[in-house]
Amino acid sequence: MSLPARVATLLVGFLAVAALAVFVVVHYFLASPQTVDFTAGVTPDTGASVNVVMQEDPQNTVSTHPDWVSYFIQNPTTKQWEHTTIFKVPAGSVVNMTILGYDGCTPLRNPVFGKVSGTIGGVAYVDGKPVTQLNSWSACNVGHTFSIPGINLNVPMATPNLNEANFLCGTSPCTSGPVRKVTFSFHTPKTAGTYFWQCRVPCGGGFVTGFGGPMQTIGFMTGNMEVVS
Amino acid sequence: MAASAAEPRGSAEPTGRNHGLWIFAIWLPLAVIVDVLLYFVYGPHMPPGTMSDSAASQQFDIKVMSVLAAPVMVFVLVYAIYSFVVWRHREGDDEDGPAIYGHARIQATWITVTAVIVLFLAGFGSYELAWPGFAGAGAGQGPSPVWKPTDGTPVQVQVIGNQWRFTYRYPQFGGFETTALYIPVGVPVQFNVTSLDVIHDFWAYQLGVKADANPGVNNVAYTTAKHVGTFTVRCDELCGLWHGAMTNQGQVVSVADFQAWAQQTETQLASVTAMLPPYATAYDPTVVPQMSKAMVKGGLLGGNGYYYPPNDPSQP
Repeated sequence: MSLPARVATLLVGFLAVAALAVFVVVHYFLASPQTVDFTAGVTPDTGASVNVVMQEDPQNTVSTHPDWVSYFIQNPTTKQWEHTTIFKVPAGSVVNMTILGYDGCTPLRNPVFGKVSGTIGGVAYVDGKPVTQLNSWSACNVGHTFSIPGINLNVPMATPNLNEANFLCGTSPCTSGPVRKVTFSFHTPKTAGTYFWQCRVPCGGGFVTGFGGPMQTIGFMTGNMEVVS
Repeated sequence: MAASAAEPRGSAEPTGRNHGLWIFAIWLPLAVIVDVLLYFVYGPHMPPGTMSDSAASQQFDIKVMSVLAAPVMVFVLVYAIYSFVVWRHREGDDEDGPAIYGHARIQATWITVTAVIVLFLAGFGSYELAWPGFAGAGAGQGPSPVWKPTDGTPVQVQVIGNQWRFTYRYPQFGGFETTALYIPVGVPVQFNVTSLDVIHDFWAYQLGVKADANPGVNNVAYTTAKHVGTFTVRCDELCGLWHGAMTNQGQVVSVADFQAWAQQTETQLASVTAMLPPYATAYDPTVVPQMSKAMVKGGLLGGNGYYYPPNDPSQP
């Protein structure tokens, strides 16, 4: 093989390895679900309100893990449901949260997280009715929770009735099927930063303690609230 | 060869200069100065502080360890610098250094000194753990603690590890459970540390309390706070995605404020307490009959008192 040919082969091989390395880093290590932005047109630290709409589904048919439960966030501009659990809100504002609960019930491991905390007025509304706590052990009425430990926020998500359990939505993002509408409001911190949120129901079926899989994967049952000032 | 072997062994060179004595003379005052500075100047600022008796005892331990370790480090530095200065290579000096032979007195001294230090530390550590004023020095002692405080009935606080937040239960106040941690100043506190899922570790840094939180196990640790103030609680056992964010602040308050807070919280959380399982020193997260009833009622997995079906991964 001539010298130019050998040099060219070496160069091609090097570029191929480098391209593979870049692909792995970008595709696997730096990959993150998109962030849904709720800051447009809102001035931070003015107490202005933003409306965040989410849904929790019994499955996720738009991902490579169709049997994992998952949250979705509605894009405020396009109204499309985004498969992500990261959203951005202004500091010092009020978030009016609406979560559509399409999933069925699973008891909380620790029933203390059936108590609503950290919301304005210490209350959440299930289909318009105020609730301050849900007992997931006496009645199978909690599917998930929406909890941000950094601001002591915890809201149990009510579920469709037991007689509706066999008719749960089967395609994500859900647009039909039995659903409970949970609404509540909370103040965002005045300090900018990233606050993780999680579900406290061990709904990662098939994983140790029910807290693997979707429970520890951003984009499914946990994510970040990015507060910007 | 025979003549060399018969020469006096030691660090003295033919010049008559006793290097060992010189090094010792340089090292001793430096070691004393460093120790005094470490103990009296930097010592009061050493972690974890003096917020509780267990923290104070740990700070004292670290001071003692530092005072013991610093002279060794000083000796290494003195010896190295002395070597560079005195035994450095000089122009035209191409001879080998003197041969080194065994020296019974130095070996005996070395063995004696290290043995004394090790035995002292063993006795010192045992005393620190066993003394009632420290009662285990803030460490988890398992379900049957050997060392208990003797000055009064401890306030019971159950620490429950949940992925990814600690909750606290107060059995002497109706067994209410909350995410807030308050303890009274000047009163022994008994932390009963457990977990509902994986292994966590309850680390109340400024209190000098650190105990593993194992599912199904009660791990008891004691402390007595000496000052009111705020302390940081962290999980110190890798427990999943948000392990690094599993932290909160605890409060040491006056006895009167603690009583008021506990009684008020007991009343406020009465309806939540009614949802909780009866207080126990530990809970089996895989066998919860009440939970299972709700699951069976909902047609879900589990049943017969078990949270997970047998085909799920093995539980901790």
